[in-house]
Amino acid sequence: MIIFGSSFAAGLLGALTGLGGGVVIIPLLTLGFGINIKYAVGTSLIAVIATSSGAAASYVKEGISNIRIGMFLEIATTIGAISGAHIAGLVSTEVVAVTFGIVLIFSAFVSGRRKEEFATGVEANKTASYLRMNGKYTLEHDEVHYTVKNVPGGFGVMYIAGALSGLLGIGSGAFKVIAMDYIMKLPFRVSTTTSNFMIGVTAAASAGIYLQKGYIDPGLSMPVVLGILPGALIGSKLLVRFRTKWLRIIFALVITILGIEMISNGISGNL
Amino acid sequence: MKHLIKKIRDKDIEYRMGMLLISGVSLSGFIVLIGSIIYLYQNKYVTSDYNIFLGEPERLRNLYDIIKGAFLLRGRELIQFGLVILIATPVARVLFAVIGFYMEKDRLYTAVSIVVLMILLLSLFAGVGK
Repeated sequence: MIIFGSSFAAGLLGALTGLGGGVVIIPLLTLGFGINIKYAVGTSLIAVIATSSGAAASYVKEGISNIRIGMFLEIATTIGAISGAHIAGLVSTEVVAVTFGIVLIFSAFVSGRRKEEFATGVEANKTASYLRMNGKYTLEHDEVHYTVKNVPGGFGVMYIAGALSGLLGIGSGAFKVIAMDYIMKLPFRVSTTTSNFMIGVTAAASAGIYLQKGYIDPGLSMPVVLGILPGALIGSKLLVRFRTKWLRIIFALVITILGIEMISNGISGNL
Repeated sequence: MKHLIKKIRDKDIEYRMGMLLISGVSLSGFIVLIGSIIYLYQNKYVTSDYNIFLGEPERLRNLYDIIKGAFLLRGRELIQFGLVILIATPVARVLFAVIGFYMEKDRLYTAVSIVVLMILLLSLFAGVGK
């Protein structure tokens, strides 16, 4: 019952801040309930798929995500996810916990940063043009055209994002947005929605492996799924109406603290 | 004009993908809910211990056994079946993209989506993780 309530909150917060539910679910289960991190990671992957697919409800109609870029980069993220799920079976609980803590702090930093729009209309990149990735979206009846840069660089970071997702059971949205914003120079409206599009597919690649390995428990996933689904749906609806600046800052602080907690517990071997 | 038609179709694919996702998620949530009711009814006085990692029994890992158990209306298997549908939803989305790009006669991206689909199926069925 407590897990159900907290999962609802996690889904709500995850959708509102664009960080996904995973970053909250794992500390909640491990630090809060003393559940083994392997079960927590398996459960969290399920939560990530639920949030990503559930949140789609709010942005499908806008049509600003770039499905070509998403699909192309998914080659990197899915292969990464499979590698990550394999690494998870080889390394110790402590390593997973500490890595998770570092990624958590990093995600907090990324989500807390000021979002700025990159100048559009930069010269088109050869690879990107060949792959027909350049696109446009409509913003208040104005068409904004954008071009894509450094495709191989983005592809490489996406592999890392996928591996982290498979190892830690998170959506690693922060890394995906970095790959698209900073390296490929996409406008953030496009990168955030495209990232959400990719998270579900990436998590599905590793969730299949976790299921076969026996890391996904029905008794544990049940309250999480039932809590996070309505949370994500309501969260993505609210997102359109409210300003989330303060919420993001508070949330970033909370996950930084959780990150430090995960690292210290990982080092002292309490998990 | 040609460009305009292409853009509309891209949007069309996206819209249908969204609808597909929502249906998949709702179906999964519904099955998990029914499974949970049965599961809670059957395990009223059992407190589970997840402190130590034991791994799930074979019948909750294997797709065939999960489906078999789900049809027998066993609580745990039903929940697990709902989770399998949840995992399958993004896979269906990629399959949908393959069809969409093929209909747009976009060979390059039909191939790209097929590659993604293959990677996913490999991890789900070929037991790469074992």
